[in-house]
Amino acid sequence: MSVRTLEIDGKAVTGVAGQSIFSVAWDNGIHIPRLCHVGGVSDVGACRLCMVEVEGQRKLVAACMTPVEEGMVIRTNTEQLLAHRRLIVELLFAERNHICAVCVVNGACELQDLAASLGIDHVRLRYRFPTLSVDTSHERFGLDHNRCVLCSRCIRVCDEVEGAHTWDFSGRGVNSLLISDLGEAWGESESCTSCGKCVQVCPTGALFAKGKMVSEMRKDRRFLKYIVTAREKHEWVR
Amino acid sequence: MGAVNGNGKATLATVWLGGCSGCHMSLLDLDERLLDLASKMELKASPLTDYKDFPEVDVVLVEGAVANSEHLEHIRTVRERSKILVSFGDCAVTGNVTAMRNAFGVDDVLNTAYRDNSTVIIGIPVGNHIVPGLLERVRPVHEVVKVDYFLPGCPPSADAIFEFVAALIEGREPSLEGRKFG
Repeated sequence: MSVRTLEIDGKAVTGVAGQSIFSVAWDNGIHIPRLCHVGGVSDVGACRLCMVEVEGQRKLVAACMTPVEEGMVIRTNTEQLLAHRRLIVELLFAERNHICAVCVVNGACELQDLAASLGIDHVRLRYRFPTLSVDTSHERFGLDHNRCVLCSRCIRVCDEVEGAHTWDFSGRGVNSLLISDLGEAWGESESCTSCGKCVQVCPTGALFAKGKMVSEMRKDRRFLKYIVTAREKHEWVR
Repeated sequence: MGAVNGNGKATLATVWLGGCSGCHMSLLDLDERLLDLASKMELKASPLTDYKDFPEVDVVLVEGAVANSEHLEHIRTVRERSKILVSFGDCAVTGNVTAMRNAFGVDDVLNTAYRDNSTVIIGIPVGNHIVPGLLERVRPVHEVVKVDYFLPGCPPSADAIFEFVAALIEGREPSLEGRKFG
């Protein structure tokens, strides 16, 4: 395992070859914001919130998708990056109908937390107010497209951990939509095992357990670490 | 900022647009701290005040989104006559529940409420001099007039309101500690 030595926010840190900037930063207590990353499944660089500056490179890079290199000098928290992150989060709020006041995870939502931590107190962009549906055909869970940020955590956990690949995207860009199987109602999906992993990794109230009222739902992702540890180290430990 | 008038007391008004009045209820939750504020400011107008002309004030708290023609006219007057305008609560800041109808058309909304789900059908209200017409699109306040401060929350807590109003009266920046968005 060859070691890489680099600098993040003025701090000398080490990682191993192939490890992402994001992972090395978090290992060293530098918490780069993220929405699409979730420990235990692969990264895709979808949300762009973990963009960082690398000295000597003109372009910003997604920390989750960029492996560390020897001698890198990285900044994760400059004014420019914060401005970009604020804009990304405002775009997410403007894109769909996140009516937090009537959401099951109000108060325990990663999108809300991000907005607060970035000091957002209003959205400068015009809200789109798209007409989107809510799929409640599944016996135990629901999918509210209004609250989906297209992070694809659900798609990856279903594919890589559960092995079902029930979820995927249809459409492109702003018209992208999460679908189960080939666009059937979730309750009619033949591949879904009803394991609920997608619901737990979803950062917002887009995927939810039925029977919860406003602000009542709390997501629990500990199962993911348990499964990944078992898979990688063959240790079934909580 | 220095929001203080001639007699040494700052003047405050509150306005109620398209919202449930929950933010005003939260304001009343200040309880005995209202007396504290009353000694430092004068409340010139509120949804319970019978005024013909909105008064000139130092600070105005605006609850609710801009949803109908009356709101639109009123918020423009309020802006002209206020030094500091605060978007007060989620409906003013984001549109919130009031704006949920934006995903449908005005006609669909009115038909659903007054025809399809109504046991007694007396017709659909249209905008006239008695009932203001609904705007095509509910808008957060800052889409219509310049907003100086935002106080999100559904509703904002009494503590957050107290800190905010006290800070504005004292002429300092309100603390954002413990603030959430949406």
